[in-house]
Amino acid sequence: MMNNNLHLSRSSIVKHVVLVILCIVYIIPLYSLLLAAFRPGRDLLRYGITLKTLIPTGMNFNTIKGLYTIRDGIYFTWFENSLLLLVLQTSLALFLSSFVAYGLSLYKFKGRKVVTTLVIFLMLVPIQILILPLYKLMITVKLIDTFWGVILPLVVSPFAIFFFKQFIDGIPRDLVDAGRVDGLNEYAIFFKIVVPIMPPAFSAMAIFMSMQSWNNFLWPLIVLRDGQKFTLPIGLNTLLTPYNSAYDLLLIGALASTLPIIIIFIFFQRYFIAGLTSGGVKG
Amino acid sequence: MKLKQTIGAAKITPYVFIFPFIASFLIFYLYPIISTIIMGFQQVYPGQVTFIGLENYQKLNNPEFKVALTNSFRYTMYTLALLIPIPLLLSVWLNSGNKTVNTLYRSILYVPTLISVVVAGTIMRLLFASSNKSIVNTIAIALGAEPRQWLLGGPHQAMILLLILALWRWVGVNIIYFLSGLQAIPDELYEAADIDGASPSQKLWRITIPLLKSTTIFVTTISIFGGLAMFEESYILWSGTASPNNVGLTIVGYLYKKGFQEGEMGMASSIGIVLLVIVFTISISYLKIFGFFKTEDKR
Repeated sequence: MMNNNLHLSRSSIVKHVVLVILCIVYIIPLYSLLLAAFRPGRDLLRYGITLKTLIPTGMNFNTIKGLYTIRDGIYFTWFENSLLLLVLQTSLALFLSSFVAYGLSLYKFKGRKVVTTLVIFLMLVPIQILILPLYKLMITVKLIDTFWGVILPLVVSPFAIFFFKQFIDGIPRDLVDAGRVDGLNEYAIFFKIVVPIMPPAFSAMAIFMSMQSWNNFLWPLIVLRDGQKFTLPIGLNTLLTPYNSAYDLLLIGALASTLPIIIIFIFFQRYFIAGLTSGGVKG
Repeated sequence: MKLKQTIGAAKITPYVFIFPFIASFLIFYLYPIISTIIMGFQQVYPGQVTFIGLENYQKLNNPEFKVALTNSFRYTMYTLALLIPIPLLLSVWLNSGNKTVNTLYRSILYVPTLISVVVAGTIMRLLFASSNKSIVNTIAIALGAEPRQWLLGGPHQAMILLLILALWRWVGVNIIYFLSGLQAIPDELYEAADIDGASPSQKLWRITIPLLKSTTIFVTTISIFGGLAMFEESYILWSGTASPNNVGLTIVGYLYKKGFQEGEMGMASSIGIVLLVIVFTISISYLKIFGFFKTEDKR
């Protein structure tokens, strides 16, 4: 017994040592970004992040000014674009995906199994495979270089449908039947009875999708052409060049685009986790 | 009233609800796949489309595409080898002991997944910069190793860099998946094992790992898809598709280069089809080998 306890505590020491070291290693890149954002871009371009970068002295907080002075403050245009896309994409996706999920969850109809299987299957298909024909499609329908071109292929999200379906599956059917008895039609039941009990599911998915939209890179890179329409990731990507002191804006811009998500994460952690799991793994 | 009821209750309503999905599927999935298949047999230049049979596929028999295939496959294999066992073991650790401390560990490991690939890649480029003063080279020198040109030094360094980036960005997500799988395992099983005097490693191999099967299948599947479709990371690290000796070239990178930079839409489509076939074959055979379909049937 004694021996066993000793063994246990030793293994738990190993566990904590490994985890603490791992966490420190995982924090270093973020810590580096935080400090590098207040260093001259010229040095970063030349030496990268050095030991000197990581010692928190002699920071130059004037780099923040760069956000609104460099290139006439185009950074805020990118920021606004990202925000607009996030709101549009997320709200449309929440509405349409929950609408579909309700149909799949509530009714027995011909083809339901096929559609459900399709939803699960498409959850796994990476969009990278389809970018080329999607791009041609966007040219044909003249949505290249528009926000709708970025959003439309993403508004019916198989992932969100699956997530909402799991949630609606758990709603007691009596509620729906009660609505029918009250003479509500099927759509009114969705909007007046089911939607009002979905906020927990909505908030989990909203946070998850907002993050995806905020960080989306490849598809907006292909669709958007005009620098005034760029989102943050696309705009920041154009700064990865050795010219025109781009690094002065790159690092502080990267920090300013990352901090909001991390702050939101700190306060709404459980929604992040919930959005990820109930959709991903069947319990 | 009667008419309204039939529309309302039985026949059409379900289809109205699922219509957005059907429309989106037809327009944004099925149509693109079909048009890729067709374009794969064509030479597509603006205003001029010619049917050229299998020529696009024959043209894929070139050294550059082989490099892209090799890189993507290696990357996928290595990420599988790292991003399944490490998060699995970490999640077993995080599933027992002090809850508050565990949540803190979990959150810290999860934070990198919140960061866009552009920002993550930028930080990596700077940490692994080629100068002797960069932090990674400083550490290397302090440990008595040679400073390296991480980004430009060759396929070996390139792969290490990509894997470090993948580990940093994805361990946290996989931990969450495994943790949610672990929480579905009833405690009674472990209690029974304790009564039988099972050791921790026996419990891991006999209970935890077998019961995490469906989680592991899920994580493996998304890792295969994600690995074979990897492009953004290499695009950021090497500023586009032109890495030295193509050390960062992947299948999707080659597709992007051919289709978007060189205007070879037909050839790019054939690359897309090759990728699609590879991805589906692997995932379906994987699911079959591990009896995923069988257990589904039994239910």
